[in-house]
Amino acid sequence: MEISVTVNGANQSSEVEPRTLLVYYLRDELGLTGTNVGCDTSSCGACTVHVNGESVKSCTMLAVQADGQEVTTIEGLAPSADELHPMQQSFQDNHGLQCGYCTPGMVMAACSLLDENPSPSEAEVREGLEGNLCRCTGYHNIVKAVLACSGQDVS
Amino acid sequence: MIPAAFDYKKANSAEEAIALIAEHGDEAKLLAGGHSLIPMMKLRLAVPSVLVDIAGVDDLSYIDDRDDHIAIGALANHRSLETSDLLISECPVLAHVASKVGDPQVRHRGTLGGSLAHSDPASDLPAVVLALGGSLVAQGPNGEREIAVADFFTGYFESALSEDEMLTEVRIPKAPGSSWNYQKFNRRAQDWAIVGVAAVEVQGATQVSLVNMGSTPLRASGVEAALAGGASAAEAAEAAAEGTEPPTDLNASPEYRSHLARVLTRRALEAGGVS
Ligand SMILES: Cc1cc2nc3c(=O)[nH]c(=O)nc-3n(C[C@H](O)[C@H](O)[C@H](O)COP(=O)(O)OP(=O)(O)OC[C@H]3O[C@@H](n4cnc5c(N)ncnc54)[C@H](O)[C@@H]3O)c2cc1C
Ligand code: FES
Ligand code: FES
Repeated sequence: MEISVTVNGANQSSEVEPRTLLVYYLRDELGLTGTNVGCDTSSCGACTVHVNGESVKSCTMLAVQADGQEVTTIEGLAPSADELHPMQQSFQDNHGLQCGYCTPGMVMAACSLLDENPSPSEAEVREGLEGNLCRCTGYHNIVKAVLACSGQDVS
Repeated sequence: MIPAAFDYKKANSAEEAIALIAEHGDEAKLLAGGHSLIPMMKLRLAVPSVLVDIAGVDDLSYIDDRDDHIAIGALANHRSLETSDLLISECPVLAHVASKVGDPQVRHRGTLGGSLAHSDPASDLPAVVLALGGSLVAQGPNGEREIAVADFFTGYFESALSEDEMLTEVRIPKAPGSSWNYQKFNRRAQDWAIVGVAAVEVQGATQVSLVNMGSTPLRASGVEAALAGGASAAEAAEAAAEGTEPPTDLNASPEYRSHLARVLTRRALEAGGVS
């Protein structure tokens, strides 16, 4: 089936099988391999992207469901090739990643969280990221990175 | 995990969706948020040959004030329930329970209609809608019918909807300023409830329902009768597991679930000041 999706601001028209999951469309068809597959069972959030600005697990959505919608992946966040998005920068500054596997999904979920709640409490950040698992960091510095990005003092 | 191959059709109206379902028979399934159906298709527990996507039927995402009740379009997603000013003031228990479903990503996609039609006894929203009462509107080839919430959940993942019907609207009573509480017991963030209890006062009566204590969401009628007869929260809660047949799974035995139902019911009644 022919779909037309705006991905990171650019219109993409593609022929996909209806059963193609959005994450595999992004990775295999469009070559946007920043979005990871962790669990493939809707649990870990590594595949989180934005659909019309809201965080979504792209392993649990069909590419055909994104027809006519706007999708943003981790590749579409940074303003330019040599400047990080403030959330990416904050993850770097606050050591919010170790192996980095969960990071694209974490960053996308965190941006969606701050869109909905620009100045969350620590508890709200922890709850807001409950759909994203990290096997390395113990979450502490991820939470710190998100709070710092929202302009709150984390020193 | 990739679903088995299927044909995909988009419906722009409820009428179109119903016509497509009629055309393709029981091989076809409606697709709303896809957050129950797609995981099942990936596991090949569901193998529909046609999916009829109703997400584009956008006049079904409303949450409207209809004087004596609130009408919610079947496609309203969990996030919109959670953040609805109307629900927060007129039926806060529903907004709160919606905020306890899964995680933010799930709440951005999953719909109230999908959750009710799926009729999972472990789900949060069916149980709270059952506690509130009210009715559901189903549209089929011969028009609309209204189904009382009390008659809707008929079995394990089964509802009163027939295969050629689509759920279009959920009508719930207003319960402003009343006491309410929801207890969801689970061991991991974002999980389904091992047991859950919703308690809400509707027009002076305390209505209590149970999550994951049988093949459907259940009203705790023993608890309700005890409260109506003047029992305290702690006394009434003793009846929470009466007449239930709780499932066994990796998380809990029936005995443990019965224990949880009693404890969580007492907590819900006490914390909500419902009695
Ligand atoms: C990781 C994860 C965690 C979750 N955690 C929870 C949780 O804690 N608590 C909870 O309650 N739920 C949970 N869910 C389920 C979630 O709430 C689902 O979104 C919801 O149960 C189904 O809604 P949907 O719109 O996604 O339906 P879909 O998956 O699109 O459809 C589900 C079923 O209902 C049918 N259907 C859909 N809409 C209609 C309609 N209007 N009329 C008739 N039939 C219809 C479909 O044909 C299908 O059979 C979770 C899901 C995931 C993926
Ligand atoms: S890969 Fe999608 S949630 Fe884990
Ligand atoms: S940094 Fe390794 S999984 Fe999160």
